[in-house]
Amino acid sequence: MSAVLKAPLVVEFPFTRSLGPVQSAFLTGLRERVILGVKTRDGRTLVPPVEYDPVTAEEIRDLVHVGLTGTVTTWAWNHRPRRGQPLDTPFAWVLVRLDGADTALLHALDAPGPDAVHTGMRVRVRWAGERTGAITDIACFEPYDGEVSTVTVHAGEIDDPVTGIVAAARLDYTYSPGRAQTAYIHALSGRRTVGERCPSCRKVYVPPRGACPTCGVATSEQVEVGPRGTVTTFCIVNIKAKNLDIEVPYVYAHIALDGADLALHGRIGGIPYDEVRMGLRVEPVWTEGSPYPDHYRPTGEPDADYDTYKELL
Amino acid sequence: MTSAPRDREIAVVAFAQTDHRRTSEELSEVEMLMPVLHEVLDRTGLKTADIDFTCSGSSDYLAGRAFSFTLALDGVGAWPPISESHVEMDGAWALYEAWTKLLTGDADTALVYAYGKSSPGSVRDVLTRQLDPYYMAPLWPDSVALAALQAQALIDAGDTDEPVLAAVASRNREAATANAHAQLRGPVPQGDYLVQPLRTGDCPPIGDGAAAVILAAGDRARDLCARPARIRGIDHRIEAHGLGVRDLTDSPSTRLAAERAGVFERPVDTAELHAPFTAQEIVLRKALRLGDGVVVNPSGGALAANPIMAAGLIRIGEAAARIHHGRSDRALAHATSGPCLQQNLVAVLEGELR
Amino acid sequence: MSKEPVAVVGIGQTRHVAARRDVSLAGLVREAALRALQDAGLSWADIDAVVIGKAPDFFEGVMMPELYLADALGAVGKPMLRVHTAGSVGGSTALVAANLVAARVHGTVLTLAFEKQSESNAMWGLSLPVPFQQPLLAGAGGFFAPHIRAYMRRSGAPDTIGALVAYKDRRNALKNPYAHLHEHDITLDKVMASPMLWDPIRYSETCPSSDGACAMILTDRAGAARAPRPPAWMLGGAMRSEPTLFAGKDFVSPQAGQDCAADVYRQAGITDPRREIDGAEIYVPFSWYEPMWLENLGFAGEGEGWKLTEAGVTELDGDLPVNMSGGVLSTNPIGASGMIRFAEAALQVRGQAGEHQVDGARRVLGHAYGGGSQFFSMWLVGDRPPDS
Repeated sequence: MSAVLKAPLVVEFPFTRSLGPVQSAFLTGLRERVILGVKTRDGRTLVPPVEYDPVTAEEIRDLVHVGLTGTVTTWAWNHRPRRGQPLDTPFAWVLVRLDGADTALLHALDAPGPDAVHTGMRVRVRWAGERTGAITDIACFEPYDGEVSTVTVHAGEIDDPVTGIVAAARLDYTYSPGRAQTAYIHALSGRRTVGERCPSCRKVYVPPRGACPTCGVATSEQVEVGPRGTVTTFCIVNIKAKNLDIEVPYVYAHIALDGADLALHGRIGGIPYDEVRMGLRVEPVWTEGSPYPDHYRPTGEPDADYDTYKELL
Repeated sequence: MTSAPRDREIAVVAFAQTDHRRTSEELSEVEMLMPVLHEVLDRTGLKTADIDFTCSGSSDYLAGRAFSFTLALDGVGAWPPISESHVEMDGAWALYEAWTKLLTGDADTALVYAYGKSSPGSVRDVLTRQLDPYYMAPLWPDSVALAALQAQALIDAGDTDEPVLAAVASRNREAATANAHAQLRGPVPQGDYLVQPLRTGDCPPIGDGAAAVILAAGDRARDLCARPARIRGIDHRIEAHGLGVRDLTDSPSTRLAAERAGVFERPVDTAELHAPFTAQEIVLRKALRLGDGVVVNPSGGALAANPIMAAGLIRIGEAAARIHHGRSDRALAHATSGPCLQQNLVAVLEGELR
Repeated sequence: MSKEPVAVVGIGQTRHVAARRDVSLAGLVREAALRALQDAGLSWADIDAVVIGKAPDFFEGVMMPELYLADALGAVGKPMLRVHTAGSVGGSTALVAANLVAARVHGTVLTLAFEKQSESNAMWGLSLPVPFQQPLLAGAGGFFAPHIRAYMRRSGAPDTIGALVAYKDRRNALKNPYAHLHEHDITLDKVMASPMLWDPIRYSETCPSSDGACAMILTDRAGAARAPRPPAWMLGGAMRSEPTLFAGKDFVSPQAGQDCAADVYRQAGITDPRREIDGAEIYVPFSWYEPMWLENLGFAGEGEGWKLTEAGVTELDGDLPVNMSGGVLSTNPIGASGMIRFAEAALQVRGQAGEHQVDGARRVLGHAYGGGSQFFSMWLVGDRPPDS
């Protein structure tokens, strides 16, 4: 068995998050260098402010200003910052109870080292240079031994409130397709389509997925199928999908390769799209350097009789 | 409202798990899972067609693809069609769903499975995606960092210190020497700080694995297992999401779930705790009022193997297996989910007196 | 001891739209939950547990979002379960919640399903790249279109049937204030003239992409007795699954769907669904799935479903109205769509469906499916308790 097949898989999207009134006020406040909390009915002030009281589930909307200074309630020294974290040099994660608040906010503390950090220490906000209305408008906290800092920036109506954030998120994975699919992919590189037979029901799966899904047992006996097959059903795709480099219209078809017990999916070419039909006999067309057939084209054989493929749609 | 009489006795009758490893990259998820499904069925002599209800737990975010659980279903052999459900939670909650299904009387047997492959992604980063998407997730605070904040809070409260945490780590890994499935077995150096105050030894191994359990009701349980592990109670509770509104040194949701599950009615002799980080075992022992006489994590716990989404179900399976083998009469199993023990499940399992 | 009967005493939905820019994720689910509580005359303290469902987490980019939503749904200190069974999830979620009541684990349960598709893009979420696999398609339409063609071939249905379904559902939606699409100037000609996207599926025969949530309060007999409005009673409920792709799979009429319906009818004592059921809310994301599911659910013989559609039987004033609410074709917050079907069925038997009420509806089916036509969940609700 050759080395395990692997490829990078990046899952990345800029999520567009609309905000409710409380997050909107808080994040707008950060942009304007003020920090808002929200009061619960029993008089606690929650920072960061949330829309619903975590204890009573009541909707809470009574926003109040709190200090830009506060006290560390717990901390953890981050020796090696990771992608996306607030600082790229070692820092402390902290929960900070801002002056006037009853709950603590999670953020980063810029300090020279773990010996300079302790629970109970006083800190103040360090604002980001460019602020857009996001939690990252607080660049981090920094040690501070001065007076309680009260809010000085305008507390009145703020123009142009922040109503949404764009939260870009990227995760990097290494994809490996597993034993059965790896064997299938290796065979394709030699322009052969090799499925696997279920030892129990004897059906041939193409592509193989490692298990016969009806019997719940591993498939292992390799069976070469095709190269020819029958179009069992299809649709004509008329809309161009982003990040898909196929000109429209094109035919997306289910193709039962000869010897396979279910259809695989492929594109039909070499024939006008509106002449493709169920029962059309096709064969793969390979292109240099491509790991799979580019498309399937008619073989010129007579169409297959419906009864021969009606179980393979 | 949870005290209504229930006349069905439900038991764990079989448990199986993979050998948990840093990577299973040569296998797809279904290829990793399927042998465990076969093994758990073999233990009872049941076939897929004999199972009345199937429920699983897994996460798309671990796999990096949507609907990842649909591929795992291939390993079940769901033909003819089966009565089946899935939770995007640890398999312990899948077991809870199956338990309610059996209680209704609509099913007598259930297959519960869970699997997780942490190897394809960076699990510390992946788990940041389960945090408040407005205030926390944009800061990418990783799972070790959050656990470290909790550990420091415990140290500040005088509940623990680093030597005690190191002892928790070494006791769990020592216990794992008897567990052939564990990923870390025997002494592991405490190592350097990963996020202070947590050292590498305080953190769980990252790895891939799967587990499966079979539940059966009433007489069926006795037919399938010489000494079924009867579920005397099971309950789960969630806390507020924000770390700054919770007391991180305590776990009121664990305590409440334990009360509802009947933990405090009589002492347990064994406890399998889902505490991926050493400091969390301190929190759980306190919440569950576990005395020195209780054998905690004879399997080595999540510090020895932590396949995410399966690690909670494994706690129930390990506790049940102790009862099956006559090494426990009354065992507690615990599972957790979310940052810093946000959500917790507690089950009490009992064997018939010998 | 037999199962506890399960009653629906509260139903709440958001007004479904393409993008709810005025609420957070928490605000969205909260809106549906509060409406359900108000309908039931209950407060947060009356809820014993919360069961929530949604489709893939990638759609909003929040892994296991129930952890964050616990506060908004009053779940703190309570049990909270999160279900995910692909497109059928809204229905499955309701059934998991119903089991908690039926098993007498809890007395009153809040169940809720949602999707906020505007946070990302479903096309992206459904088409994450898979290395080594040839990218051929994006989105669900191309996946389902070949199966529709197979149905047309097998049944010999005229190719106008899909348009009739779309025209009906969009008109029904005009009577439903919560529906996403309100196409006041809809005509059959406009549906027929809309562009072919994935031939044989036209643009007007596809579902929209919606933000929305749906919630229900499920309770036991005692809870139902206290309810301020008439409850709907669950007469039967079931889930069935089969593999995604397999040799011999019938995508047109999957066995799992047939088996699921048969189980529900058996529980409810239904022997002739066409006569004994007064209406159905069926998960129809592409119009042709109405005749296909009519056959799969036993309302018509094989190859005969389209004849019911063509004859107007499934119209709001027909004798088997289907998708009185406007259906998935008019509203599709994916994870919530199944629960909306279940909730709309319950609204009908409670007599609370407003302008889209079917007079005298006493037994109505709610249906959901998902994945590669492989996951099914259904319930039948009635205006009277089981065995009465």
